Amino acid sequence: MADKPVVNDKARFTRRALILGGLQVGAFGALGARLYQMQILDADRYATLSDENRINTRLVSPPRGQIYDRFGYLVASNRDNLKIVVVPEDADDLEALLERVSAIAPIDPKDRNLVLRRALRQRAFVPVTVREDLSWGQFARLNVEGPDLPGVRPEAGYSRQYHFGKELAHVVGYVGPVSEWEGSDNPLLLIPGHEIGKSGIEKVRDKELRGTPGVRHVEVNAGGRVIRELDRNPAASGTDMVLTIDTQLQKFALERLEGEDAAAVVMDVHTGEVLAMASVPGFDANQFVGGMSSGNWRGLIRDPRKPLMNRTVQGRYPPGSTFKMVVALAALESGMIKPEEGFRCTGRYFLGRSSFRCWRRSGHGFMNMHSAIQMSCDYYFYEVANRIGIDRIAEMANKLGLAASYEEEFMNAKPGLIPTPAWKRATLGEVWFPGETVIAAIGQGYVLSTPLQLAVYASRIANGGYAVTPKLVRSLGDQLMLSKEVEKLDISDASLAIVKEAMNAVVNGGGTAARSHFDLDGVMMAGKTGTSQVHGLTAALQAKIRKNGGVTPRKYVDHALFVAFAPVEEPRYAIAVVVEHGGGGSRAAAPVAKDIMMKVLELDVAAKQAFELDAPLGRTAEDVSTQDG
Amino acid sequence: MGRGFGKTDTLTLRDKLLRVNWVLALLTVAIAAIGSVMLYSVAGGRLEPWAATHMSRFGVGFCLLLAIALIDVRFWLKLAFPAYVIVLVLLALVPFVGVKAMGAQRWLEFGGFQVQPSEFMKVALVMALAAFYQWTDPAKVSRPLYLLAPLALVAMPVALVLKQPDLGTAALLGAGGMAVIFLAGAHWLYFGLGIAGTAGAIPFLWQHLRDYQKQRIMTFLEPERDPMGAGYHIIQSKIAVGSGGVSGKGLTEGTQSQLNFLPEKHTDFIFTTLAEELGFIGAAGLLALYLAVIALGIYVAIRCRHRFGRLLAGGVTFMLFLYVFINVAMVTGLVPVVGVPLPLVSYGGTAMMTLMAGIGFLLNVSVHRSMDAGDGARTSSGFPGGMTFRR
Repeated sequence: MADKPVVNDKARFTRRALILGGLQVGAFGALGARLYQMQILDADRYATLSDENRINTRLVSPPRGQIYDRFGYLVASNRDNLKIVVVPEDADDLEALLERVSAIAPIDPKDRNLVLRRALRQRAFVPVTVREDLSWGQFARLNVEGPDLPGVRPEAGYSRQYHFGKELAHVVGYVGPVSEWEGSDNPLLLIPGHEIGKSGIEKVRDKELRGTPGVRHVEVNAGGRVIRELDRNPAASGTDMVLTIDTQLQKFALERLEGEDAAAVVMDVHTGEVLAMASVPGFDANQFVGGMSSGNWRGLIRDPRKPLMNRTVQGRYPPGSTFKMVVALAALESGMIKPEEGFRCTGRYFLGRSSFRCWRRSGHGFMNMHSAIQMSCDYYFYEVANRIGIDRIAEMANKLGLAASYEEEFMNAKPGLIPTPAWKRATLGEVWFPGETVIAAIGQGYVLSTPLQLAVYASRIANGGYAVTPKLVRSLGDQLMLSKEVEKLDISDASLAIVKEAMNAVVNGGGTAARSHFDLDGVMMAGKTGTSQVHGLTAALQAKIRKNGGVTPRKYVDHALFVAFAPVEEPRYAIAVVVEHGGGGSRAAAPVAKDIMMKVLELDVAAKQAFELDAPLGRTAEDVSTQDG
Repeated sequence: MGRGFGKTDTLTLRDKLLRVNWVLALLTVAIAAIGSVMLYSVAGGRLEPWAATHMSRFGVGFCLLLAIALIDVRFWLKLAFPAYVIVLVLLALVPFVGVKAMGAQRWLEFGGFQVQPSEFMKVALVMALAAFYQWTDPAKVSRPLYLLAPLALVAMPVALVLKQPDLGTAALLGAGGMAVIFLAGAHWLYFGLGIAGTAGAIPFLWQHLRDYQKQRIMTFLEPERDPMGAGYHIIQSKIAVGSGGVSGKGLTEGTQSQLNFLPEKHTDFIFTTLAEELGFIGAAGLLALYLAVIALGIYVAIRCRHRFGRLLAGGVTFMLFLYVFINVAMVTGLVPVVGVPLPLVSYGGTAMMTLMAGIGFLLNVSVHRSMDAGDGARTSSGFPGGMTFRR
């Protein structure tokens, strides 16, 4: 150690070790700064991200509002339904996954293919229902094995149940899975397996019936397995609803129409409550719940009798002679025609170079307003219409409710068609011919009405000119939906009295519906028949048919119509009946109306205390089965 | 005072025990204890499957550490090259008889025990380099010829480890080896050139990387590019660290860790769990403990009178630093994800033994600090230099 080293190795090492040490301290400083930045400066942001990671918000399906008929019979309710849904996006191999699910809860091969096809068709994050109505055992096993089945979600939900699925299919409609175009804006609609109103009042009042979803916060791990529930905000069930319909009457009407392609609407003339609206043939709404097999669906849409169509609001028919009260009231209100003023019916009415037949070829002879309605003389109304003009007729038809659609209460309801020269110019681009006024006077030509419009029309005449509108919902929750004040139409009582008296004569005074007369302790019905020609039945075709033996093919047979109200003195009920291809109104429609009206009067629906939701439940679901028509 | 290994140079056991740097030993115990607590936490508050094993391994490791510390440094000097050669051979054997795990072949099996020769190499390389310089004239260390030998010592294991492929360990070995050469006194210029050369070689190296390694580097550069795929681990780890805040979510309460959002939470990502559950205070505290170990390591190195001890202590300390830095920088998203455990905290037997051996050598240098390298270093006749002991 005595010699001086050439290189002071120890000093050099110390120097370099301190440099390297400084580097290490600096590096640790950088790590500390990084931790400071992440854990102190940006801690909030990371904390949020961490919560987003672990907390999964799940919506809880609310039970849908229940639907009752006017006397408290349960019409639509919910039952618990344990189901499996699959989110295709989360599944690696959907087919293999279904195979594994099938080992726990067997899946029909047909359903399996349906699920696969659906998964392909819609966007990957939209859940597909795989199976419903699982047993508790299956449901529990799927819950346990959930983490090993990515994409599979067992869901405890509800399923809609229709207690009058056949009787009220058109009225109440049905619910079904959310279609893609309906979703996204409302988180409720993204709940797997959640069903919304697709038709009928279920669709029209869907918002009220839906309810508010509950929220469940669950802690999940990276695999998506639920570790525990953090909190739960219960779902608020949808609003319960009472319909104006009396299911008993509805049942009766349907049975009476059975076998025909027909429709009948019964209304309370003062409140506009629809007591029955029957459309035949029909279907069972329960078939639609949870999705229908494509075979059944094809069967329904291809059926030439169109069971899915609600004829009461979607069937548009030429009103035929039931339209004559419109012309009569328009004429009386115009002051251009005196009620006693008469014309001689010769069976053929000439206008310019055209001629128009009265349905009675031999003619009715001398006819005034009363007898023309009573006997349904076409000649008289040709002449009156020609004098007062189409615009006055159209105005009166509008007043009496024949043009409106009432679609705010009735699903897919069609407006009536009341032609005017302006309408023809606008839609067809043609001028109006005087002959078309004449045809319109007897409810032919362009004029089209639905049975519902005809019932409103009869009601407005019967109630003395008040503008009632048809109602299907009597109350929503504790809110009564019937309008308190009904506007009085600008039609004089005198004119209405004349028309009503004539309608009385149609049934009770030897008129066209004399065969449908009844007398229940002095309570009688007034009405008007209608027989409307089917489009396509030309004069040439008629001649050909006559030559070939006179049997008209069914599709060319006239529609039979009848509108009526009762009791004659103090009207309370109105009815409209249409029997497609039924032949004459007096023969095919009036007897049906008579039977239904007699039933209404017997039940005296409007006089009975209706069910109120806030009152103690009058009847329960158990009673439903004991009810008979 | 004389050269060579005379009998008079031996220390009594009592002397040795007094010269052990007990603060360093205690720091080791403290860090391993923190590791056990964290392993207990990530197991959801259970000793099984990791914490108990970790503690018993540490017990065994501590015996190893003391044994290494107390055995005469001259024995280790003699063993340095043979040990290096043996580990190198084992490393070369890995591709032929090794066990494959997670796409890389790193393990050798010895009757039920699986060991990673690449781990042992970290200590063996430092020892071999230190021994080389012990026998080299300090004045000649910058001569090209004297530079080539240590470079070869570094390059051989690095090449073998890269082949496995294990990027993290290769970087650790490379950087650790360079640090020893730097401490030994090689000229500055070489390091300037080396850094420039490495930068130039990057495109060439890139071509030779495995797909998953490229993927990791790409993911590191832009983790949000593939949040559900390769970037997932980095993102989740950062969320965990950041959401820990100042004081953390509490032991066993770390949602990111306990709910399995983190990968490898008991090994490479244990620091993430610690940062999440114990917050900035815990994370910075653990870093402070490591820093204390490193500072003591440098202190031990500087105080040592012989070159072998200085370089051994300096090299081991730097290796330890690299472990900590790469691991923490990785889980906080500062460097790409490479498989480097956190010393004494991460679960893993081979790494534990390597680290305990490394710290054992630090203590050994502390115990044998007063041995004199003598003049052999500066006289050609005295080459290779011996050691003398001075009381």
